Amino acid sequence: MNDVAIIGVGLHPFGRFPTSAVDMAADAIQAAVTDAGLDWKDIQFGFGGSHEVSNISVVTSRVGLTGIPFTNVANACATAASAVQQTAVGISSGQYDIGIAIGADKHPRGAFTADPAEMGLGAWYGENGQFLTTKFFGMKINRYIHEHNISQQTLAKVAAKNYRNGALNPNAFRRTAIPEDEILNSEMLNYPLTKYMFCAPDEGAAAVIMCRGDLASRYTQKPVYVRAVEIRTRRYGAYEVHATYSAVDEDVAPTVYASKAAYEAAGIGPEDVDVIQMQDTDAGAEVIHMAENGFCADGEQEKLVADGATEIGGSMPVNTDGGLIANGEPIGASGLRQLHELVRQLRGEAGERQVPGNPRVGFAQVYGAPGVAAATILST
Amino acid sequence: MPQELLAPDLTTWPEENAQLIGSRCDDCGAATWPRQSACPRCSRSSMADRLFPRRGTLVAWTTQGFVPGPPYLGAGKPDTFEPFAVGLVQLGDEIRVEARLTESDPAKLRFGMDVELVFVPFFTNAEGTEILVWAFQPA
Repeated sequence: MNDVAIIGVGLHPFGRFPTSAVDMAADAIQAAVTDAGLDWKDIQFGFGGSHEVSNISVVTSRVGLTGIPFTNVANACATAASAVQQTAVGISSGQYDIGIAIGADKHPRGAFTADPAEMGLGAWYGENGQFLTTKFFGMKINRYIHEHNISQQTLAKVAAKNYRNGALNPNAFRRTAIPEDEILNSEMLNYPLTKYMFCAPDEGAAAVIMCRGDLASRYTQKPVYVRAVEIRTRRYGAYEVHATYSAVDEDVAPTVYASKAAYEAAGIGPEDVDVIQMQDTDAGAEVIHMAENGFCADGEQEKLVADGATEIGGSMPVNTDGGLIANGEPIGASGLRQLHELVRQLRGEAGERQVPGNPRVGFAQVYGAPGVAAATILST
Repeated sequence: MPQELLAPDLTTWPEENAQLIGSRCDDCGAATWPRQSACPRCSRSSMADRLFPRRGTLVAWTTQGFVPGPPYLGAGKPDTFEPFAVGLVQLGDEIRVEARLTESDPAKLRFGMDVELVFVPFFTNAEGTEILVWAFQPA
């Protein structure tokens, strides 16, 4: 099994643009190729995903029709992580030397909507007003804050942190800090989550180029190694997005299983992680994922957030580029944005957002419908 | 006014004291709602129809403060939309179902409160038929 090194990362800013998703993907690819110091023709294979574009592989018409194997990946909010995993496996298995994972999306405004039948649900679920992702996150955090004594102020603090970090990120969608009071007093969407506690579906693209570990020094002085990518789906007993029922005997969320598997594969624990990206679909999700990813026990988030532990200068910096709350969520690209930020941090290239102390280990987690999670560990 | 249920297969309505119809695995006892033919826990195909208890307790809940997008059939305009609540209700010790609640005020909803199944008007369709939906109300 070969080591897998990230040698190039590229991003098209996240937000709303007149550019098509495919053209945004092309921009991200060009940026990654430039970052790696190679040419598109050096890329031997790729995986990529998009929710809105049926085959993001059409991007090869913009960057070079070289005939390489390219497979489109669809895995909801874990799409980008899935593309990364397949690319990493293609290299670690010895099949290829250099590959690329890409993602791009361009969502219409407003909450995600679709035909419930596309997810194997009865039409009634949508007709009834239950086919909403925000509802699930409201239910989950509402129960969590009740059971573990988390305050709504903590939710506001998390959102405020991500807006502040977004203000430091030239590629972010929302670049204006919003005070905690304004977050708390914004429109209540799904109790206890207010409007400014939520991310928004938007547009963007990202690309990550990987190569066999022993070849990395040809391209970069600062390779970042992919130590683990683990995907898990929901188990019976876990109540997840778009579920009409759940079992009385509870099981934990797929994020718990994915993160544990990633730590095991990488041979490290959460205490070894220096910089963190988590799925902050909303501020509550970031709070819950702090525990589900093993960074703290349930309930400890209240003090950790109040003490600034998850700030850029804190003991466990989370979403240093503003996360989903400041960047929005273009599904196909989101997980790749997470890795882009981790790579910048581990290379010491994060500028105003740089986590001090020479971070060496990065962790990224995504979660989405119908209960799929991915955890990725990078290290220098 | 004639009445219909939003999804007739999901409950025994219009029987009196109607219940939700799900399924239960004869092999491992796992329950689902709505019904399905194979077991999501043991994967075997021994599911039998199951009528769930009408009363339960509220395990989790939230409000829906904005108009759901299509295919939502309720009052669709932002100015006519009335927020509703959705909950996860445990029925006996058999299953937890996700359903609308009749109470939408967060101040009046409590974790663990007793609730019971009711059928309430949802909207009136173009033919003048009142469409009902199942929901849980504080008991």
